[in-house]
Amino acid sequence: MPGKTDEILKKIERSRVWRSIFRSGTGSSTLHHALAIQQSVFLHLFSTKVRKRMLSVSSTWYLGTLTLGTFIILIVTGVLLMLYYHPSVPQAYADMKDLQFVVSSGVFLRNLHRWSAQAMVFLVFAHMFKVFYRGAYRAPREFNWVIGVVLLLITLLLSYTGYLLPWDQLAYWAITVGSNISSAVPLVGSKIHFLLLGGNQVNANALLRFYVLHCLILPLVALLFIAVHFWRIRKDGGLYVHQSEPQKAEALDETELVKEAK
Amino acid sequence: MSDPKDFVAGVDSDQRRSPTRVVFVTRRTSAQVKSNYEEQVQTYPEVLFRVVLAIEILAIVLVAVALLFNAPLEGIADPTHTPNPAKAPWYFLGLQELLHYFPPVVAGVLVPTLLIVSLVIIPYFHINIEAAGLFLQHRRRRLQIFYILAIGLIAFLVAFHVYVAVVPSLIIAILMIIAANSSPQSHSASCRYLARKPMAWWVMTWFLFELIVLTAVGTFFRGPGWSWVLPWRS
Repeated sequence: MPGKTDEILKKIERSRVWRSIFRSGTGSSTLHHALAIQQSVFLHLFSTKVRKRMLSVSSTWYLGTLTLGTFIILIVTGVLLMLYYHPSVPQAYADMKDLQFVVSSGVFLRNLHRWSAQAMVFLVFAHMFKVFYRGAYRAPREFNWVIGVVLLLITLLLSYTGYLLPWDQLAYWAITVGSNISSAVPLVGSKIHFLLLGGNQVNANALLRFYVLHCLILPLVALLFIAVHFWRIRKDGGLYVHQSEPQKAEALDETELVKEAK
Repeated sequence: MSDPKDFVAGVDSDQRRSPTRVVFVTRRTSAQVKSNYEEQVQTYPEVLFRVVLAIEILAIVLVAVALLFNAPLEGIADPTHTPNPAKAPWYFLGLQELLHYFPPVVAGVLVPTLLIVSLVIIPYFHINIEAAGLFLQHRRRRLQIFYILAIGLIAFLVAFHVYVAVVPSLIIAILMIIAANSSPQSHSASCRYLARKPMAWWVMTWFLFELIVLTAVGTFFRGPGWSWVLPWRS
């Protein structure tokens, strides 16, 4: 039976339709592996070959990868949550209760979304500090660091806008405290506050605005910047790896270098 | 001119692996080529496999957490009833802690703006690229500047009663003084470690330390009226 399945799979892979979709072919040669990356619109953001040292856990702790992981989980759980959610007052809160008592696995779905969001904020910060301490922000990777800072802000905004959606006391007052800060901006503070909330205080308009930001605008902007972030890794010469072993670097004194230079 | 030549030149001779490269190494950068050839692997399947594996482990951990711990859900939003204290999400509690000491325009607008600007410009300033230990060059002058800045900062924090932020600043300042009195030839390994740290490292470590302490205090040690409470007593 497995032999027959294999045969059928092979036949499909060799078929004209399959080949028209996946143009790289199915060989296991280096060329095929390279083509598998190059000829996919998503994977071609990455280079076809990477330095082996880059893959060690200690150099990156895979923090960027894990952040991407939380983002994927958040999209999947978020889309499913959208099926049960109405961004209106007081229906939003009733939907939370429905998730808790009516929807099967509703509690699990919301838990996973919530904890993944917290994990993403934490991982983004951890990723930033790890990149800094490795010195990976240096040229030619300066601009990718800046994109990273933008992604940090988008992540915080995503988490913050999502915070209001359950429409419970925790959400309402956290957003009230946060949005009041925007009124402190000199000259245009109250205008920004009004624009953000669609009113002078957190109400149904604010819920709708945060919903649109959280489910549509911010995820799209995030996706765009994530794509640029990955593309720039490739264009900036791959992930940064330390160029020398630290023990040997110690022996080479600063003054010696100067002497050598002369 | 005292410096007739500010660089060393070299040529990469291995033409089979790479086209000829001419390299000019200025005095400020370190010229170390440890290996000419880096072992490389294919992104597919080597990297993709690891990425998928890492994400799957993450998913398993998060699913386990989601099964064990419920997300908080309080009563329906009630504009007429303010909880005490009303707290922002945990990642903003460091700022909310500052809001307790400074007017909103400082803690809510000025500080975050300065933070974002300083994060963005990090790679564009040479001082952040330099890898030499802070006190290994111009020790006297740098130590003077350090003392003025450190005492000024701590006096400022004390003047506004921000004792929570004073503690991490003091610890970092003490570590910097240890670093200033150490060298890469020191006997203790931790002294050697500190002595080699550049300025960017010290500033970022101070920021990280303050971020953790302020966030932790805002999350765990603040109760009604933003008063000091002990989390294990409530």
